[in-house]
Amino acid sequence: MPDVWIPAQMQRITGAPDRVQVEGATVRQVINNLERMHPGMKELLYDEELDDITPGLAVIVDGDVSQLGLMERVSEDSEMHFLPAIGGG
Amino acid sequence: MPDYTPNMVLTSDKEYKVVGTRPIRHDGADKVTGLARYSADLNLPGMLYGKVLRSPHAHARIRSIDTSKAEAVPGVRAVVTGSDIVEPTGRASDLAEGAMINFKFLSNNIMAQDKALYKGHAIAAVAAVNAHLAEEALSRIEVEYEVLPPVMHAREAMADEATLIHERLAAFHTAGTRAGGVLDDDDDSAGTNVANHFEFRMGDMDAGFAEADVIVERSVSTSAVHQGYIEPHAGTAMWHDDGSLTIWSSSQGHFTVRDHTARLVGIPVSKVKAIPMEIGGGFGAKLAVYMEPVAALLARKAHAPVKLAMNRTEVFEATGPTSGTEISCKIGATNDGKITAAEVHLIFEAGAFPGSPVAGGANCVLAAYDIANTWIEGYDIVVNRPKTAAYRAPGSPAAAYCVEVALDELAEKLGIDAIDLRLMNSAREGTRRPTGPLTPKVGYVETLEATKSHPHYGAPKGKRHGRGVASGFWGNNTGPSAAVALVNPDGTVTLTEGSPDIGGTRASVSQQLAEVLGIPVEDVNPQIGDTDSIGFTSNTGGSSVTFKTGYAAYTAAQDVKQQMIARAARIWEVEAEDVLYEDGVLKHRADDQLQMTFQQLAARQVPTGGPIVGRGGVNPGGAGPCIGVHIVDVEVDEDTGKVEIVRYTAIQDAGKAIHPSYVEGQIQGGAVQGIGWALNEEYYTNDQGHMVNSSFLDYRMPTSLDLPMIDTCIVEVDNPNHPFGVRGVGEVPIVPPMAAIANAIYDAIGVRLTVLPMNPGNVLEALWEKNGK
Repeated sequence: MPDVWIPAQMQRITGAPDRVQVEGATVRQVINNLERMHPGMKELLYDEELDDITPGLAVIVDGDVSQLGLMERVSEDSEMHFLPAIGGG
Repeated sequence: MPDYTPNMVLTSDKEYKVVGTRPIRHDGADKVTGLARYSADLNLPGMLYGKVLRSPHAHARIRSIDTSKAEAVPGVRAVVTGSDIVEPTGRASDLAEGAMINFKFLSNNIMAQDKALYKGHAIAAVAAVNAHLAEEALSRIEVEYEVLPPVMHAREAMADEATLIHERLAAFHTAGTRAGGVLDDDDDSAGTNVANHFEFRMGDMDAGFAEADVIVERSVSTSAVHQGYIEPHAGTAMWHDDGSLTIWSSSQGHFTVRDHTARLVGIPVSKVKAIPMEIGGGFGAKLAVYMEPVAALLARKAHAPVKLAMNRTEVFEATGPTSGTEISCKIGATNDGKITAAEVHLIFEAGAFPGSPVAGGANCVLAAYDIANTWIEGYDIVVNRPKTAAYRAPGSPAAAYCVEVALDELAEKLGIDAIDLRLMNSAREGTRRPTGPLTPKVGYVETLEATKSHPHYGAPKGKRHGRGVASGFWGNNTGPSAAVALVNPDGTVTLTEGSPDIGGTRASVSQQLAEVLGIPVEDVNPQIGDTDSIGFTSNTGGSSVTFKTGYAAYTAAQDVKQQMIARAARIWEVEAEDVLYEDGVLKHRADDQLQMTFQQLAARQVPTGGPIVGRGGVNPGGAGPCIGVHIVDVEVDEDTGKVEIVRYTAIQDAGKAIHPSYVEGQIQGGAVQGIGWALNEEYYTNDQGHMVNSSFLDYRMPTSLDLPMIDTCIVEVDNPNHPFGVRGVGEVPIVPPMAAIANAIYDAIGVRLTVLPMNPGNVLEALWEKNGK
């Protein structure tokens, strides 16, 4: 199962551990399953109106910032992080 | 004459015919002869001239605005205030590049609503038949202010009893990483000036510091500085009878201009065409819109085109500087130089609205090092200053200033060479970053080794000279991008791309197309398409264009290539798989009599199936991070405190330098901006929160007369996620200079400078303190 790293503040809010194994073949599925395991996570990670990752957040899958967001496919041994979306100058 | 190579390229194994060469830029002649048209150069029949009334106070409630006397001035055609602009809710939305923007705050920044939040905040705007009448009308607008105490510094804003800048600001600590928004109507939480507080933790800090033999603690502060582009912001807007709007402006992303203007004037994006003009510098601050929506509002009221252009004082007072900061760190290491733990605390001033680059600082500050135990926290604080904007590697330079000075102290205490210490602790492919993800293929070690072996590093120092080194990291960025290649009958290619060209990217993108097609880059005619002429392309920022738009051009070229193979097969009556495309020549695999050049086939394209149009629409991942390492020699005048740069070398991984001269130019430009940030530049404000040095006479940026040649060394460790191995290059060179210079000053006079700028006054004060005066 994909290995999801939970940011420190989200751990405090939801009681989730720093890392959790979550089923799912896409980022969307992982977030939905994460919500079942730790209620409150989806509200932090997902913007319902945009149907997208929360603005300002980036999802990193296997070391790269995902360009497909919720649609990004993840594998059994994938590693996922949610980090600030960094722009540039 | 130097006994070294001023600019060198440590070339990767792959060799190309066009990539890696140094052609003359396509837009060069127009730019040096004055033919190129920048934002304020546009003039339209019947065009009006706009001017903006700005707040004389850093913090004030707006009791009333009476524009009637201004409207009565003959020749005045329109007046707008905050009541004319769409004010969205505080819901966060997303910049295409990924940095968050909140449209309520954007709207309030472009035109104040109930409060003026910084000196220079736009209050109203006028359009008139000439600029003089517009200025006269501004003087007749009557604004009643209730002046409030300004909150100018982060620590003051964070205090329990601090005056609130936004009564309803929501602290978004809960979302972990994003900056604040507005409290919901039914939320009775107290307001705050702390828009965000986040942290990243890895490992066990107590155990890490317990393992250390030596611990260094360092605190620094930096002043707000401006990006300092030569071309002020300007924009022209014209409405059409069908309700559509055309905007001309220079920006770092005309799709952002289109999208943000549409939102703030309340029309669909399909009704807005944004036409990019040439840009005279941006460095991050032209990612935001300021003038375009106001010009559009004035033009709509006046039923005539309106041009708005800032002067230099407006640029300083009302557009994004980067943050003033307070940063502290604590780093522990064993006697043999292994860093066992590091913590960094970052406090960034966001300006009047949330969204400083503190997350960028946190992401970058320890990213190039392999440290098992780390703690990084960041604060985003609103103050009564102009809203900060991105500035070249946003967040990273100030953060690196603190940590890279601390590493110099650590190296000294341990008796280890400064580069060796960094090499011993350098991240490599597979190292876990403090923010969590694993490091991809990088060239950190190669760049440090190139620094150590550079002639400058081992050269004898001059009398009274000090030498310093520092490293800097930037992750680089990517995003969606589009390119279209039209094959012309004479064998040339017209390349339309979606990225505004700030740093020579017409050439670097064209080179990638030419390499694939095997044609001279001079046969490519690049142009920047408007928002109706090319697919959505994210901003020219994050050092992304040569990576992402180069990728789009590569894809378009591959499309052209496949179409040309099919056309040759049709002409020769063979199968397409029997046709080869090599170096701009189409060949039959078995019959060497069947050959045709790109130019010959281009001439036959129409009768063989119609025009050949190559398309590239991409959103590539994997923009490779890089580091830069700078070596600087300084001479310090201990009587005046003046610091002179006597030699400077910048070493940087470029992945693959598509156009080495422009990579060198980016490195040199970034280094010079960093030197200005280090030694001279600051927003100097009085006790009322007014900037008192808002001109280039008083805001001292370095010129060519102040500096030696900035020598460069390009290291090429290819990025596996790009067809030619490109990494972004434009931002990282501004990261190391402050720390490198501070370390050099210490080497020269034995004083650690912990406040920027390190101007003569601050140097003398530090010297006096050291000498007990």
